[in-house]
Amino acid sequence: MTDAPAVVPPRSRWAWNPFRLARRLPDAGFAYFLLLPAFIFLALFTVKPLIGSLISSTQKRNGDGFTLGNYERLATDEVFLRALGNNLLFSLITVPVSLGLAMLLAVLLHQNVRGRGFLRAGVFAPAILPMVAVAVIWMYFYQPNIGVINSILGAIGLPTPDWLGDPSLVLPSLMVMMIWKEAGFFMLFYLAGLQGIDPELEEASRLEGTGKFRHFWKVSFPLLMPTTLFAAIVALSDSIKMVDFVFVMTQGGPDNASNLLLFYIYKVAFAQHWPQFAAAISLVVVAVLVALALIQIKLMDRKIHYR
Amino acid sequence: MPEVLLRSLSKSFTGTRGDRHTVLHDVGFTVADGEFAAILGPSGCGKSTTLRIVAGLDRADSGELLIGGRDVSNVPSAERGLGMVFQNYALFPHLSVAENITFGLKVRRVGKAERNERLLEAARQLQLEPYLNRKPGQLSGGQRQRVALGRALVGGSRLILMDEPLSNLDARLRADMRTEIRELQQRLGLTVLYVTHDQVEAMTMADKVIVMREGFVDQISAPENLYAQPANAHVARFIGAPPMSVIEVRRDRDALLIGEDVRIPADALLSRYGHDLPENLLLGIRPEDLVPGTAASADAFTLPGALERQELLGADRLATYGVGGQRLRVRVRAAHAVPAQSVLSASLEHVHLFAAEDSVRIPEATRPILAQAS
Repeated sequence: MTDAPAVVPPRSRWAWNPFRLARRLPDAGFAYFLLLPAFIFLALFTVKPLIGSLISSTQKRNGDGFTLGNYERLATDEVFLRALGNNLLFSLITVPVSLGLAMLLAVLLHQNVRGRGFLRAGVFAPAILPMVAVAVIWMYFYQPNIGVINSILGAIGLPTPDWLGDPSLVLPSLMVMMIWKEAGFFMLFYLAGLQGIDPELEEASRLEGTGKFRHFWKVSFPLLMPTTLFAAIVALSDSIKMVDFVFVMTQGGPDNASNLLLFYIYKVAFAQHWPQFAAAISLVVVAVLVALALIQIKLMDRKIHYR
Repeated sequence: MPEVLLRSLSKSFTGTRGDRHTVLHDVGFTVADGEFAAILGPSGCGKSTTLRIVAGLDRADSGELLIGGRDVSNVPSAERGLGMVFQNYALFPHLSVAENITFGLKVRRVGKAERNERLLEAARQLQLEPYLNRKPGQLSGGQRQRVALGRALVGGSRLILMDEPLSNLDARLRADMRTEIRELQQRLGLTVLYVTHDQVEAMTMADKVIVMREGFVDQISAPENLYAQPANAHVARFIGAPPMSVIEVRRDRDALLIGEDVRIPADALLSRYGHDLPENLLLGIRPEDLVPGTAASADAFTLPGALERQELLGADRLATYGVGGQRLRVRVRAAHAVPAQSVLSASLEHVHLFAAEDSVRIPEATRPILAQAS
């Protein structure tokens, strides 16, 4: 009661400072405030184009009026079906092989081997090279007459096929490149995953007489499942988004044997000047991707142990 | 008969710059069958490395390791007949408690019926029955600790190695687990080699304590003996809370010199030792053995001290006295006042002498000096 009146600090001239204002917001409000830039870019570059595509895909080619013809056409468009088939095969092979190889490389490079840093960098290198540069390098490998692969094959008297010119070889040739590139990239994730596993677990296994292979299968592999799920979804979307190699090396040929979805979308939109149909294909591809990712998550989630 | 015998084990590691660090120098001790032995030392003293060598997770550069009379230097861990409890438990996080415990049995292809039987037995011993289907992440620290114990026990090994198993638990639980582990060891007749940096654990649980420092074994003895007769000044300064005060003194005929100018007549004390007492000595007295004020008995060891500071520790009061530029701690009941200037006294059997040169304890002459001289 005899206390001196509390000193009221003078109102700061920085009171209008937006960060100071933000501090008065409730926590959730502040969180949204911080997320605002991300939301703006997401809306601008993902949501708006998605809605644009949705509208565009229901327009006639000459732009006058609503139609569902673009979607109906999908079922009968031979090149689309070919690209879809190619792409499914491409994904079905490159995703599991890349992940398996990535895991194998990660396990090998997780050990204390000589020149480990150099080897890790070497395996990861393809992932940071520009795809177009990679494609040009590999064209030189695959070139039928003076290419590296055929020079070697020819020198030891084996047949020298035209890797990118033969319809039955062109897609597998692209798959090899994709696996080479993706395995290095995902190795890094598996390496991080392996480093997150307590090394005492390996010793506990060893005390029980568990072999290295069994330990990997029973302990490391299950503990890497969160990484595998993440990598599988990224690898799947990578394989469906694959366009660079096709663009630089084959243009989808010969005879659409290496035509993949994204390349076909590009062709329809910019070579055939038919953006409405291209939009319809894009949306179907997105829908398929989302559906596959959801299936992966549902199938794997129950069996995954998250730390 | 899991008796463990280590004979002059040495081990060195190559550092990152290619330099060698010797972490074990000539380490040797035995753990008798059914004995609880604790390796005690500060971090970096080589105690964990020693345990890992016994477990077979590391190899010694030289020396012998016998378990149950068999040289196991070249025997893989799994065939050494031991179980181990790791510091961080090392439970498989994706497996249930039951699967964790029976993991090793499956690897050893033990049949399902026997596996179940052994699992239930281990669960019963460790009161884990209600948790068998849980994942380690759903257990408390103490429960995880018990699962790790269960995994070590279920294989039927009677030699158990433990690497700081209680360091991740809170203080109360640690005290409970101490009694629990000790009780289990007694009940099952286990031979335990237990690594710890906590002297309370070593003193309360072990039959035998092996004190290590910088890769050397400083002392091997029963806990009581460790406290009463430290083998050297390092052990003296390590054991006890607070540990023994050790000060540098110089012998001058029948007196001891502390610093430059404090001269303490000590013929009663020195007569307990042989004539070959070195000139430079370390004198140690436990804070609880030193009393302010003149001692009742005439032949006590006394020295003058000036109070420097004091702390209240609840029941006790810990005072620090300066003597000739060195410090001695005195522990008295909290109710006692501590005078600013005082004579401090300790009975002779509580005064420890170590050679300054190598810190080793100087034993008291067993017989009267006169008898020895004849």
